[in-house]
Amino acid sequence: MTVTPMIEIRNVDKSFGLFRALDTLNASIREGEFFSLLGPSGCGKTTLLRMIGGFDNPSSGEILIGGKSMAGIPPNLRPTNMVFQSYAIFPHLNVSENVAYGLKRLRLGRDEEQSRVRQALEQVELSKLGPRMGNQLSGGQRQRVALARALVMRPKVLLLDEPLSALDKKLREQMQVELRHLQRQIGITFVLVTHDQYEALSMSDRIAVMFEGRIAQIAEPKEIYQNPATRQVADFLGGMNFLTSSELAVNGKSFTATLPGIGDITGHLAGKAIPDPASAIIGIRPERLRIVWEGETADPIITGKVVDRNYFGEVTSLAVGIKGQTQHLSVVETNDFGADDIPVGSDVRITYDRDAFVIMQG
Amino acid sequence: MKQLLNGCSVNLAEKRLAFNSLLASNRADLFRLRARRTGTLNAGTGTAGKSGHGEELHLDPSAPTLPVERDRGQSPVMRFLGSETGKGWLTISPPLLYAMLLLIGPIIVIVANSFWSQDYLTIDRTFTLDNYKAALTEPIYRDLLMRSLFVSVTVAFVTVILAYPVAWFVSFHGGRYKGLWLFVITVPFWSGYLLRILSWKVILGYKGVLNSGLLSLGIISEPLNWLIYNVNAVIITLAHSWAAFAILPLFVSLEKLDRSLLEAAADLGDGPVRRFLRITLPLTMPGIVAALMIVMIPTVGDYVTPKLVGGKDGVMIANAIQVQFGKASNWPLGAALAVSTMVIVSIVAGGIVLLLAGLKRLLK
Repeated sequence: MTVTPMIEIRNVDKSFGLFRALDTLNASIREGEFFSLLGPSGCGKTTLLRMIGGFDNPSSGEILIGGKSMAGIPPNLRPTNMVFQSYAIFPHLNVSENVAYGLKRLRLGRDEEQSRVRQALEQVELSKLGPRMGNQLSGGQRQRVALARALVMRPKVLLLDEPLSALDKKLREQMQVELRHLQRQIGITFVLVTHDQYEALSMSDRIAVMFEGRIAQIAEPKEIYQNPATRQVADFLGGMNFLTSSELAVNGKSFTATLPGIGDITGHLAGKAIPDPASAIIGIRPERLRIVWEGETADPIITGKVVDRNYFGEVTSLAVGIKGQTQHLSVVETNDFGADDIPVGSDVRITYDRDAFVIMQG
Repeated sequence: MKQLLNGCSVNLAEKRLAFNSLLASNRADLFRLRARRTGTLNAGTGTAGKSGHGEELHLDPSAPTLPVERDRGQSPVMRFLGSETGKGWLTISPPLLYAMLLLIGPIIVIVANSFWSQDYLTIDRTFTLDNYKAALTEPIYRDLLMRSLFVSVTVAFVTVILAYPVAWFVSFHGGRYKGLWLFVITVPFWSGYLLRILSWKVILGYKGVLNSGLLSLGIISEPLNWLIYNVNAVIITLAHSWAAFAILPLFVSLEKLDRSLLEAAADLGDGPVRRFLRITLPLTMPGIVAALMIVMIPTVGDYVTPKLVGGKDGVMIANAIQVQFGKASNWPLGAALAVSTMVIVSIVAGGIVLLLAGLKRLLK
């Protein structure tokens, strides 16, 4: 693509004393993209976001926004706005004044300012709360005010630092949908920091998964989930059965392996590079395994013994012991056919899609 | 069995008391040990089924029935003293009584005196308003009161304006040396109040440090005679004396300021100056008001500083009050002056608070 990316992160390093918080990061974020930084706490995702916003400086490397280097440019002069994790609502101002805070400096004139505030409050469905003081708001309302306050500035990039983590589950899910909808509607670049895999998967155009100051994989949600680059990524996003294998070989664009208790399998690398096949590992997602019921026939069939059962309402997760495999195989099955009634200790037959196996760097 | 249970709960209560009053850890440990031992004893007999009284045993030491059983059969007074509120009152009552006695006692004496009259050494206890008439209408007292108010308000604002950057620096850039910085700020207070005033006399005096320094640098050809024995000297000395009392409340209010609010303000386009005016200043206004009041109210009544560095132009109302209680031996007039000053200072202080509240609302 010839289009210049909205944000370019070039060889960014950050050290706090001897601790290396960020290690040679490279990424580019496109205009209008919903980009998520996903990782466990302490992986450096917030530090990176704060650097984009100008609240931290890289120890080396540089960050470009809209093609311009942001080195030495303070937050107030950057084309970014941030929704803080604590929301940072000004307690001495009311909702309208909070939203108008950044507009005051632009001297737009009273009418223009008012109409932009009204519009921003409508966008986040808070029109009625204008006169409410900043310290009298609920968590969800604070989150919306923080969002309106940032959006009213019409930034090129909106930075969101775990904006939903303080909300309860129901509200969080609702806000996920609303945020995604809002981003599509106004079309500006969103960079979201989150440790919630489902949040990242459901909202993002692309996700950067980070561990210990490094980016492990940048890809679209589906690609990240279906074809994780490393064992860490697979483990962090959803469940993954890591399988014991022998005679694992990578040749060209495919791989072959013998899985004790399961059989010989082949699979595609799907554009992935496995630099060190010796430490690579084969895996399969639990939902790609299926119970074969009595009377049914299926082609690859594995037999095993149910050692544990967990009921989750719509699905049941079974742990199945397979001879030759060191770890129990986790099978997630919908409850339509009675997976929730399979007794622990019984023998089950399992089938799988032949192309469901993925290879990951260990 | 019930006794045993009660014993257990008493021990638990004792344990809590032991923690509350921060007794030596040894004793607390002893209580804890004893409580645990009785607890296990009960549990042991309970599970073995040897109770024999047909009573249900409550084995859970946190079961709500225990404190209730303990309270049964006690007078309401005892029950109140046993409750958390009662314990609170019990804890603060000695200092509270002491403080009330020392605060209200003198005020009653002063107010009573201000309505009496004195003829040489005898006090006439018939009600009169003459003292107030004299205190509020005689030009000398009016002038002294106005000067006192001027000095104290000026000192308060000067002190807060000078203290704010210090508090700001310690709070924002003190890092892990915050404690050390605060300690350093209090160091001047290790010397006596008089000593500090006298050292200003040494600095500002005709042949003082400042004059001789400026002379030797050739900036002035003869000593400046307006440095000391005037209102300015009083203001300088008082501002220095009260600096730490202003720094501490300002520091506390700056510490409470959520730093992410400043980041949000920066994010929304404000540079450092606007951030200060729109966020830091309004949100630390309570600290500013506290600092102003802490400095202003006592300085109105200061009489040592004006006496030592104020000269005849620096005399304040407190000096006049002192004279009435001393040499002039007119306690009722002195009392009336004191009460008038107290009331007027309260009004001025209230006015300043309202003014700053209005200012806070303007800073948006």
